[in-house]
Amino acid sequence: MGSLFRSEEMTLCQLFLQTEAAYACVSELGELGLVQFRDLNPDVNAFQRKFVNEVRRCDEMERKLRYLEKEIKKDGIPMLNTGENPEAPQPREMIDLEATFEKLENELREVNHNAEALKRNFLELTELKHILRKTQVFFDEVDQREMYQSAQMTDPSREEEHVTLLGEEGLRAGGQQSLKLGRKMETFCKHPLGTLQLPLHQEGGFHPTESMTRALITDDAIARQPGAGPVQLGFVAGVILRERIPSFERMLWRACRGNVFLRQTEIESALEDPSTGDKVLKSVFIIFFQGDQLKTRVKKICEGFRATLYPCPETPTDRREMAMGVMTRIEDLNTVLGQTQDHRHRVLVAAAKNVKNWFIKVRKIKAIYHTLNLFNLDVTQKCLIAECWVPLPEIESIQLALRRGTERSGSSVPPILNRMETFEAPPTYNRTNKFTVAFQALVDAYGVSSYREVNPTPYTIITFPFLFAVMFGDLGHGFLMFIFAAWMVWKEKPLAAKKTDNEIWNIFFGGRYIVLLMGCFSMYTGLIYNDAFSKSLNIFSSHWRVNYNVTTIQEVADLQLNPSTSDYIGSPYPFGIDPVWQLASNKIVYLNAFKMKISIIFGVLHMLFGVALSYSNHTYFKKPINIYCEFIPQIVFLTFLFFYMVLLMFLKWMIYGPTNPLPTSPACAPSILITFINMVLFKYNVLPLDGCETVFMFGGQAFLQKFLLLVAVICIPWMLLAKPIQIMKKQKKRHELLSNNHVIGENGGAEGVGHMVNANNISHSPPAKPEEEEEELGEMFIHQAIHTIEYVLGSVSHTASYLRLWALSLAHAQLSEVLWTMVLQTGLKSESSVGGVILWAVFAFWAVLTIGILVFMEGLSAFLHTLRLHWVEFQSKFYSGIGYSFTPFSFEIILATASGTGED
Amino acid sequence: MPLCSPSLSLCGIIISIWGIIQLVLMGFFYKIHSLALSEDLPGLDEGFTNVNEFYAKANSGYSQNAFNCWIAACLYVITLFFSAHQFYLNSRNSISM
Repeated sequence: MGSLFRSEEMTLCQLFLQTEAAYACVSELGELGLVQFRDLNPDVNAFQRKFVNEVRRCDEMERKLRYLEKEIKKDGIPMLNTGENPEAPQPREMIDLEATFEKLENELREVNHNAEALKRNFLELTELKHILRKTQVFFDEVDQREMYQSAQMTDPSREEEHVTLLGEEGLRAGGQQSLKLGRKMETFCKHPLGTLQLPLHQEGGFHPTESMTRALITDDAIARQPGAGPVQLGFVAGVILRERIPSFERMLWRACRGNVFLRQTEIESALEDPSTGDKVLKSVFIIFFQGDQLKTRVKKICEGFRATLYPCPETPTDRREMAMGVMTRIEDLNTVLGQTQDHRHRVLVAAAKNVKNWFIKVRKIKAIYHTLNLFNLDVTQKCLIAECWVPLPEIESIQLALRRGTERSGSSVPPILNRMETFEAPPTYNRTNKFTVAFQALVDAYGVSSYREVNPTPYTIITFPFLFAVMFGDLGHGFLMFIFAAWMVWKEKPLAAKKTDNEIWNIFFGGRYIVLLMGCFSMYTGLIYNDAFSKSLNIFSSHWRVNYNVTTIQEVADLQLNPSTSDYIGSPYPFGIDPVWQLASNKIVYLNAFKMKISIIFGVLHMLFGVALSYSNHTYFKKPINIYCEFIPQIVFLTFLFFYMVLLMFLKWMIYGPTNPLPTSPACAPSILITFINMVLFKYNVLPLDGCETVFMFGGQAFLQKFLLLVAVICIPWMLLAKPIQIMKKQKKRHELLSNNHVIGENGGAEGVGHMVNANNISHSPPAKPEEEEEELGEMFIHQAIHTIEYVLGSVSHTASYLRLWALSLAHAQLSEVLWTMVLQTGLKSESSVGGVILWAVFAFWAVLTIGILVFMEGLSAFLHTLRLHWVEFQSKFYSGIGYSFTPFSFEIILATASGTGED
Repeated sequence: MPLCSPSLSLCGIIISIWGIIQLVLMGFFYKIHSLALSEDLPGLDEGFTNVNEFYAKANSGYSQNAFNCWIAACLYVITLFFSAHQFYLNSRNSISM
C-alpha cells in the first residue's frame, strides 16, 4: 500500500469500453474514485461533443430540482437527508426521472399560480372590507356634524349675498359648493392631519389660488354660510401604501389647487403582497371633490401612486349590503385558499422525502456524461477509448470495478485496460487520512511535490508543532489551545456535518489536528521554559538557596546568588528551567543565551536533516552524479562550519563550570559567536581574557578550525564545477562513440548512448543535436552557479533565520508578563476585600486579552514563522515541488463540491 | 426573558469556568505563600526599615489576596449560573421558534 514518504506510483492507461457498457463502467469508476481521465478531444468545443444532449437534460433536471428545493425551503419543510448514497441510475431511468420532475414542476407552478390569483382576490376583498369599515366612520362623522350645524343655522336668506362677496372666482367655481366644501373642510380640520396640512400651505402664500381657498374656509365665511343646500359632491375611496401617503397628499393638494379633501386612516393589520409574499402596511383614503374634471385628475393621481380604487356606494344601506357580501366572499375564499395551501404542502412534503436523493442521482448522471465527453470514439463507433492516470497498486480494484460495470450493463465483451508508456510526468497522489491531510495541505500550499519525490509531510507532522511550540512556549496558553482543538476533535462528526460558510472557522476546523499537536507541544515547551501565564511553577522545589542573613538583606539593595557557593545545591533542576529565575532581575539575559543557542542547534539539525533527505531523492532517481557533486559537498559544508559551531556550544556547556579552577572557570569561557566569526575571518592573534591562558577551548582547536574552513571553502568550487564538467566529459565521450559507431545506424547508437547517460528517461528520446548540447551545457553552468550560490549564502542566512525561534519566544514571554503585570496585577494590589470584586472584573478583561492577543494573534504569528521555516529553510534543501496533484474522477468529491456551492 | 445573546452567554460560561479554576488555584497558591506570586502582593512598594515588618506585611498580603481570589471565584460561580441560565433560555427560545 501507499505510504506518506513518497507519492503513489502512477501509470497511464488506455481504456477500451464498449459503447453500451461505457456508462455503467464509468459509473463504477466514479464510485471508486481512483482514476483521473484525460481530455482526449481538447480541440472540440463543449457543444460539439457526443453526449452534450444528455448533459443538457441533466442541467434541466437540476434546475427543476433547485426550483423544487427553493419551494420546499420557502415552506420550511425539513428535507430528509438519510445520508445514503444511491448508485447512478441507468440511462433509461433518466426518462422516468425527467417525467417525474416535469410533473412535479408543472403541478407546483400551477398551484402557485392559482394560489397567487386567489391571494390577489383575497387581498382586494380585504381591502374593500377595510374601506367600507373605515369610510363608514367618515360618513358618520360628517352626518353628525351636518345635523348639528343645520340645527343651528337659521337664516338661509343671506346666503346669496355673501356668495357674491366671495369674488368672481368663487362664484364661477360654484360658490355654494365651495362653501359647503369649506364646511366639510372645517370638519376635517379637527382631524390632526388636516390641521397639520393647513399651516404648511399658508407658509407658501405666494400662490394666488391658495390665498383664495384660505379665504373660503375662514370661520367667518362658515358662520355666515349656514344651511347651504344639498350639494352633489363626488368621492373616491381606495387603498394606498402607507409610506406613500405624505407625497400623495401633497400631490393632490398641488394638482387640484386645494379643492379636494383627503381623509385617511391606517389599516392596523399588515396585508400580504401576493406577488412577493411580503407583509405591507397600507392606509385607506377617501377623497372628496366636485366636478368631473377634478374626478379625472384625482383618478390619474391615484393611478400614478399605485393606489387601488374601489367602488363605494353612496348610501349607507348599499354600503352595509356590500359589506355583508364581501364578508361572505372572504369566507369562501379562505376555505379555497386553505385547500390550495394544503395541496401545495402535500406535494412538497412528498417531494421533500426524495429531493436530496434525486439531487445525488442527477449529479451523478451528469458527471458520468461529462466524463464520457472526454473520451474518443473509435473508428467503428463500437467502442469508446479513454486515457487515464491510475495508481499502480490499485489496478486490480479498478479492473474489478470495470468487470462489475460490464456485468451490470449486460454486455458480454469485457473492457480492456492497457498500460501505456509515456514521457509525461504523472500526477502526484499522496494518500492521506483525516490526521495527515492538514499537514499535507501545508506542504502542498508551497508546491505539490514532483512525482515520486520525497514528501516532507511525515517529518512536518512532528517538526511543525515542535518549532511552533519553541516560539509559543507557555503552559497556560498551550493548554487553552489544546482544549479548543481537543473539543474540535472530540465533536468532529457533528461539527463536520454542520457545514458553514465561515471561512475562518473552516480553516481552524480543517487544521484541528495541527492545532491539537501545537497545543500539546506548547505545553511541553511551557514546562521547559517554566512559564504558565508568565508565572513559574515550583514543582520539584528550586535548587537554589538564599543564605543571606537578616542584616545583609536589610542593608544591601542588590544581592546575588553565586552558583559556586552553597547558594546552588550543585545539581540542576530536574526538568526545565529553575523557577528561581522568574524572580531574578537578570532572567532575560540568562534566557536569551539559552534560547539563542537552542534555536541555532535546532536550526542546524533541521537543515542537516533536509540535506540528508536529498540523498534519498538522488538514490531514488538514480542520479549518483548528484550525490558526489552536490550532496557530499553540501553536507560537508554545513557540517564543517555550522555543525562545528553547534558542537562548540555543547563543549562550552560541558567544559566550563562555576566551581572549576581557572582555565575552565566561567570567566574564561569564550563567546561562541566571536569564536565562529574569527574562524571564518582566519583571525587567530586574539588576546585571551585576563587571567586565562588561551582563547581556545581545547588543544589543537586553531589547527582544526583552519582545516575545517579550508575543506568547507573547497566545497564551493566542488559544488559549482564538478557536475557540469562531468557531464561535459560524458558528452564528449558520446560524440566519439557516435562517430565511431556510425556504421551501426542512428537508432541503435542512440539507444546505446542513451542507456549510458541515463537509464531511466532519455533512453527513448532521439539523440540530441550537438548545438542543443552546447546550449544545455551553458544553461547547466548557470543553473549550477545559481544553485551553489543559493546554497552557500543560504546556509549562512538560514542559520541566522532560525534565530526567529528565540526572538518570538522572547517576545511571547515578555508580552504575557506585561499583560499580567499591567492588567491582572491591578486586581491583586488591593488591601481590602473590595479587591475580590475588582479582581472579578479585571480577570475577565485579562482572560479576553489573553485569548485575543496572546493565543490568537501571537499564535498566528508563530504559525506563520514556523511555516516559513519549513517552506524556506527546510524544504529548499531537497524539495523541488513542481508536480501537479492527482484529481480523480470521484462522485464523492463532485457531490461534496456541488452541495458546497449549492448551499451558498 | 433572555438578557444576553447566545454567544455572549456562552462567552460568559467559558470565562466563568476558566475564572473559577484559575482563581481557586491562585487563592490556594497565595494561601501556601507561593514565591512566584509575591510580585503581585499589595503594600510592599514602600520602603521598609525592618525585615519583620516586611514579613508581616507580606503575610497579611498573602492571606488577603488568597481571600480576594476566592471571593472573585465565588463571584464567577454566580456569573456561571447566570450565564448558564441565560444560555438555557436562549437555547429554549431557539428551539421553540
